[in-house]
Amino acid sequence: MGLNKDWWKYFLGVWMVLIILGAFLYAPPAKVLGDTARILFFHVPCAWIATLAFLISAIYSVKYLRKPDLEFDLKASTAAQIGFLFTVLATITGSIWAKKIWHSYWNWDPRETSIFILLLIYAAYFALRSAIEVQEQKARLSAVYSIIAFVTVPFFIFIIPRIYQSLHPDPLINPEGKIKMDARMLRVFLGSLGGFTILFYWIYRLKVEVARLKIIQLEKEE
Amino acid sequence: MNREKSSLARSRFALLSNAYYIFQKDLQLEFRTRYAVNAIFMFAITTLTAVSFSIGPARLKSMVLAPLLWIVLFFSAMSGLAHIFVREEEQQTADTLRLVTRPSTVFLGKWFFNLVLLFSLELVIVPLYVVMMNFSVANVGAFLLLLFLGSIGLASVATVIAAIISQAGTRGALFAVLSFPISLPILISAIHGTRLTIDGALFSDCLSDLQVLFSFSVVIITISLMLFDFIWRK
Repeated sequence: MGLNKDWWKYFLGVWMVLIILGAFLYAPPAKVLGDTARILFFHVPCAWIATLAFLISAIYSVKYLRKPDLEFDLKASTAAQIGFLFTVLATITGSIWAKKIWHSYWNWDPRETSIFILLLIYAAYFALRSAIEVQEQKARLSAVYSIIAFVTVPFFIFIIPRIYQSLHPDPLINPEGKIKMDARMLRVFLGSLGGFTILFYWIYRLKVEVARLKIIQLEKEE
Repeated sequence: MNREKSSLARSRFALLSNAYYIFQKDLQLEFRTRYAVNAIFMFAITTLTAVSFSIGPARLKSMVLAPLLWIVLFFSAMSGLAHIFVREEEQQTADTLRLVTRPSTVFLGKWFFNLVLLFSLELVIVPLYVVMMNFSVANVGAFLLLLFLGSIGLASVATVIAAIISQAGTRGALFAVLSFPISLPILISAIHGTRLTIDGALFSDCLSDLQVLFSFSVVIITISLMLFDFIWRK
């Protein structure tokens, strides 16, 4: 095969460029929100990756509790780190959009409140990790905390914004279960979701590898 | 067959009755030292005095009254609720407890103790708040229900986080760091609901807050019972 085994990385680069071009040139402006709606091609995938990363962190935490292998702990904490990063990105992009459409960067809309609490909860996860010295204890307790944190996530994503009046546009999983989007917008949007997911996979793999090497180096030094 | 059934029934009953023994033990210990009770009540009364003194005779709106009440209750509760597990580790009685009974009984007993502690705090602080702050609630029934469900939620979060930090070695600020973010949904719904009850909203208006409080507590208690084995086991 003439193809490099890293072909998908080049593909991803081209793909993301196409998505950015598509978001600004190909997709039409939305009906009510106009051009500001273009941020959804980046904001929603960030939120999606954050949820996915926290889910992966919770799954590896469950795996760790079943079988105490530090490899699982490493994967759980790596996924949580990336999830945190993408939650920050979703918050920032959301805030920029809010400035444009609600004329204020931050006004404690239920969505804003939810994502802020979510950030705090996962920040506490890292605080817990940094506070414990013993490797096994750190892994076990933070696995428990990560699972507790994850079961609260549905409250922030689905329940609180539904119960309290929010001005946030209907998310994709809305009560009517319909996707209200122009066909061209939908194409760019789904492409962006796919691109971000592959990007997440790449970051995740790199970070896990780095964490592994760090552990090996520490063992060598000892 | 019959014996099997009755032993099954006994073992189910044993969970609750053993949890009750744990609760009684903690209650007796608490009466001996009064550590948690002193911490919580001193904190609450001092805060309430500071708030009431600085506000003076001004009549506050529900928008200020509701959060102040919950802030006083929340921070004073959190100053003492971690003690229940930290004490077991400090006095090195945790290992005995591990040998004597199952983890879920320990959790239920401690949870119940914290709940009772929280209720007794509210029994004192809420009347004091009424007297000192000109606090009056239009819809008393809904307010009491909010207080009840809010306490269950706070006690659940505090108990499971206390269990985690008691195993963590460094305890100082960790309890606050871990438990405050998870308690925020409870606080937000409770404050929102309390504001409505002060202004005389109907029961149906507070229903969404009550739903959040109830479902959040159920989720936290369930997940805590499932995970407590892993926290408690060495």
